[in-house]
Amino acid sequence: MQAETRTTVPSTSGAPVTDLRAQPPTPIPDPDPGAHTGRELDAGLDALQQQAVPPIGWSSRVAKALLPLAAVGAVIYVWQMYVWLVRPRPDVLPGPAEVLGTLRDLLADGQAQAVILTSLERGFAGFAIAVLIATPIGLLLVQSRFLRGAFGPIISGLQVLPSVAWVPAAIIWFGLSDATVYFVVLMGAVPSIVNGLISGVDQVPDQYRRVGHVLGAGRWVLVLKIVLPAALPGYVAGLKQGWAFSWRSLMAAEIIATGGALGFGLGGLLEQGRVLSDMAVVMAAVLIILSIGVVVELLLFGPLERRLLRRRGLLVAGTS
Amino acid sequence: MSEAPCIAIKQLSKRFSPLGPLVLDSVDLDVAPGEFVTLLGASGCGKSTMLNLIAGLERPTSGSISAPKVAFMFQDASLFPWLSAQRNVELALELRGVPRLRRSIEAARLLDVVHLTDAAHKKPHELSGGMRQRVALARSLAQDREALLMDEPFAALDAITRDLLHEELLRVWRETGRTIIFITHNVREAVLLGQRVLLMSSRPGRVVGEWSTTGQDAAALTTHITAELRKEIRRHAS
Repeated sequence: MQAETRTTVPSTSGAPVTDLRAQPPTPIPDPDPGAHTGRELDAGLDALQQQAVPPIGWSSRVAKALLPLAAVGAVIYVWQMYVWLVRPRPDVLPGPAEVLGTLRDLLADGQAQAVILTSLERGFAGFAIAVLIATPIGLLLVQSRFLRGAFGPIISGLQVLPSVAWVPAAIIWFGLSDATVYFVVLMGAVPSIVNGLISGVDQVPDQYRRVGHVLGAGRWVLVLKIVLPAALPGYVAGLKQGWAFSWRSLMAAEIIATGGALGFGLGGLLEQGRVLSDMAVVMAAVLIILSIGVVVELLLFGPLERRLLRRRGLLVAGTS
Repeated sequence: MSEAPCIAIKQLSKRFSPLGPLVLDSVDLDVAPGEFVTLLGASGCGKSTMLNLIAGLERPTSGSISAPKVAFMFQDASLFPWLSAQRNVELALELRGVPRLRRSIEAARLLDVVHLTDAAHKKPHELSGGMRQRVALARSLAQDREALLMDEPFAALDAITRDLLHEELLRVWRETGRTIIFITHNVREAVLLGQRVLLMSSRPGRVVGEWSTTGQDAAALTTHITAELRKEIRRHAS
């Protein structure tokens, strides 16, 4: 060892380590002096420091889709076993097969399609009106500290108030008309959307405003170009919740307010099942209401929200 | 100084509330056009406050500041996450009033200045910390202001990236002739970058030392300023 100028010592990693102290000092050779401050160095470092995001594999996607389906299967299995073993009266708890049969009959004579269409139409129209009303209110409250201090608590309070509580008042004011249904839907959805917009703006980091100010943005440009885009995820979350409240409020209104000039929707079908003591119809209606909620979430708000968050790097690959 | 200063600060003092502590105490500073000044100091010396005052993000309690409109680079890149690198730069151009057609060409040119042409269409979260800071540098160049204020812009980066960005910043400074005030708590960085290094004391913030780096031995100057900075910090021990 002593005879050599370059000594090799064992290292913990197992790779040989050259002892630099035994070497005469030599300048670091630069293979390409021209590139030292230039593009290649940058490009090399950039390549090293960016993490490649692995695409989500098909197997994990399929697994993610199959898992909830398996859970639904398990629920149906337990239900069927209960019906077989305990044998409840069919007018109290019909089995899955019977409910499915009723569902098929309802679809076959077109009644299901008609009520679904009526309810969806009202649901979407109500939601759209709610968005049109809530967005300007939200923008106004976000801009004015005074208005927000005054009306903010009322709106938060309204969000907690179950919108069904408005049904009696609405019937007195509007009678048994579509206006009653829309009123209840609006009282359910508007506060959620307003609150979503406000909390979205609240969550905009102050730093963005400072950057906007430094970049020379005036008050309105700041709002349009920086604050609102930054608040978009919160707004979409508010929209999603607003839809859920619209749908719930609509069902409540449809169950309570039936007859008159009112169209016949899913809530009406549910109520009719109760009046006729037809449990299979009741359960079929519940299943339809539930699946519409799930489908709208899966097809509309879920992808919208995920896309928004992924584009901002707020969603880690593989978490959804 | 023979020519009129780009930034002139006279007797500048700042308190955040009328009874609050004095953050800056009678600071005088003239920065010549095209000069690169580094401001050095421990935490709480009011360095950032001073930049915010120059940028007009805060108002002075007393004293005067005469400064052109400035570009600002923050410690975090502060890019907007919903915009690509290119669009982030374009937004700065838009707010400056550059017509739409010229924006994309100009943004592409600026991204090329910081060697980021290939990453133009990536979102900030897809870029490394060093790349984000380079986009931020391109964005502050897009503002096309005489003066550039930099608030510890490289503090959160690793050493290799920081060295590279130092070289890049100096290159950009030589090419564009901007006036730069650069804040740091790293003495080596201050001596390496600045033509003039100012040392600030803490609570209240005052300028307590000033060195020119031209024609100086960087290592010796670094050792000397480090000793002064430590003396300044030790004063707060009692």
